[in-house]
Amino acid sequence: MSRRFTPKVITANDLREGDTVWLTPDDRWSRDHLDAELIEDEAHAQIRLLDASVRGHEVVGAYLAEARPGPRGPEPVHFRETFRTRGPSNYNHGKQAGAA
Amino acid sequence: MYRYNDFDEAFVRTRVAQFSGQIARRLDGSLTEDEFRPLRLMNGLYLQLHAYMLRVAIPYGTLDSRKMRQLAYIAERWDKGYGHFTTRQNIQFNWPKLPDVPAILSALADVGMHAIQTSGNTVRNVTADHFAGAAADEIADPRPVAELLRQWSTDHPEFQFLPRKFKIAITGSPNDRAVTRAHDIGLRMVRDASGAPGFEVIVGGGLGRTPMIGAVIREFLPQSDLLPYIEAILSAYNSAGRRDNKFKARIKITVFENGLENFRAEVERRFAEIRPQFTGADQALLRGIEAAFAPPAFREAPTEAHEIALANPAYRRWAETNLSEHRQPDYAIVTISLKAHGGTPGDASAEQMRVMADLAERHGHDELRISHEQNVILPHVHKSDLPAVYDALAGAGLATANVGLLSDIIACPGMDYCALATARSIPVAQEIATHFRALGLEEEIGRLKIKISGCINACGHHHVGHIGILGLDRAGVENYQITLGGDHTETAAIGERAGPGFAYDQIVPAIERLLRAYLGLRNSPAETFIDAFRRLGPAPFKAALYPPQEGQRNAA
Repeated sequence: MSRRFTPKVITANDLREGDTVWLTPDDRWSRDHLDAELIEDEAHAQIRLLDASVRGHEVVGAYLAEARPGPRGPEPVHFRETFRTRGPSNYNHGKQAGAA
Repeated sequence: MYRYNDFDEAFVRTRVAQFSGQIARRLDGSLTEDEFRPLRLMNGLYLQLHAYMLRVAIPYGTLDSRKMRQLAYIAERWDKGYGHFTTRQNIQFNWPKLPDVPAILSALADVGMHAIQTSGNTVRNVTADHFAGAAADEIADPRPVAELLRQWSTDHPEFQFLPRKFKIAITGSPNDRAVTRAHDIGLRMVRDASGAPGFEVIVGGGLGRTPMIGAVIREFLPQSDLLPYIEAILSAYNSAGRRDNKFKARIKITVFENGLENFRAEVERRFAEIRPQFTGADQALLRGIEAAFAPPAFREAPTEAHEIALANPAYRRWAETNLSEHRQPDYAIVTISLKAHGGTPGDASAEQMRVMADLAERHGHDELRISHEQNVILPHVHKSDLPAVYDALAGAGLATANVGLLSDIIACPGMDYCALATARSIPVAQEIATHFRALGLEEEIGRLKIKISGCINACGHHHVGHIGILGLDRAGVENYQITLGGDHTETAAIGERAGPGFAYDQIVPAIERLLRAYLGLRNSPAETFIDAFRRLGPAPFKAALYPPQEGQRNAA
């Protein structure tokens, strides 16, 4: 038996700006990871990844990233994905610069 | 300094036009990412964690004020007001947007710069001793040869699809400041018994996943044989290098798997074939290039302003660490530290770039260099101008007196920017620098090279740091391995791994234990960390890193 499927989100980089985006349940690319669709079923994840991969005119390098449910939306699991929601640690640039 | 001729100018402009068209076709959907990716990589454009990154070539690390000002302009106009100088003497812009890249490349072309062959499996920017043409210990300025290699390798049809990237470094000094033994090809100027200049040719060095110190493939190569011999090496590698496995594709593996003797025999066979095709045009070209690198008209003037300023303790400290001996006794080489405590190693703001450009123009014969240690050099400053240079640098936050000390750290961008990174590098460098300043130990510890990489590709040269730090991902947590005893100079050595890695919040305490142990072990303040390590071996340093009373270690 294969390992139990852990929840995922679909994420990529925006083609024009290069910044990080997440696929929402209503097929938008959001710049806020909290808007992402949290995918809990493996077969559905593959279908959504196919959906994303035909949108190469909008984004680059779509992939499934591990996530967990949070109070306001999906939260990243791995530290790399956490950094992608935020920006670099040496300057207040990237996503964190726009945060309230 | 070499200036583009009509051919260079036309080539770069044509490439800008081609790549601009490719970007337009990517944006309108005519090109897929799979089609576009190799095209953007040929032009130095990466896609990183948070944004695109444009890597701009600074051939052999040499700039003038005009180029530096244009980099400042680009940083302000299309980026976030700063640039990052790299261990390959290049500059990276971390936040360009794809539709802006054509304008950036045009702005670069306006000052004779480009981003060609800063990526991909080609001959990359040829790097050189950052003190070239100024150092007191130099046989000759290596940059004319570096420029010849640049012209030869740029768009060379045979070498656009090598098994893997290819890096050449060159030095004209016996004291190696260009890390020639850790490059695919390293060139060291030497003289033969008759006094004729030539090169010791080193092949198969490299860091990364499989670090190796290069081996001497030719002890003495006459200067006139240089291009055909380098071409023979590339040709032998292009044929024998492995394309089946990316991790075994660098020339160091080709040399290792085939054996140096067999590889040398193949190079010599190829050399015999192609040498007759080089009928002297390359040497005529080199003569012309050499004229462009003629030394500046050095000034004769009293130097007492410098001696008087030494009464100021801050100036004296800066002079002791950041000045190097120039071949003209009345001149000095100024290293501008881009390692302010708590800052990002190698970063300069647009404003700082302009200050450095102004100083080069006013006091430095209009020359600037980028060092592989991520600092900026004013190679020719008359000693009487040093106090004015210092004051201007101090006003711009550029007078940190730490060159060669603990906080003069090489650090790759790591996981703050790089898509390949497995852990962060920059905050570790920042924390080490600020922590030891707070302890007040930096000057007491003295000369020390700490080098940090955020993955095994080793852009931060950790293998050749006296203390190397390698950031890894261990089961979803950042973990840092320490290597000890590396050396980046003419006595190059790969550091050895000290033991299990340390968690992010344990790496700075570990470095503190290590350096406190060194202070206790050294036989005098004159014995540097690396000298003490060589005398005592790793055991006492490992004991400090892994004290027996500490029950729980962070297993790597």
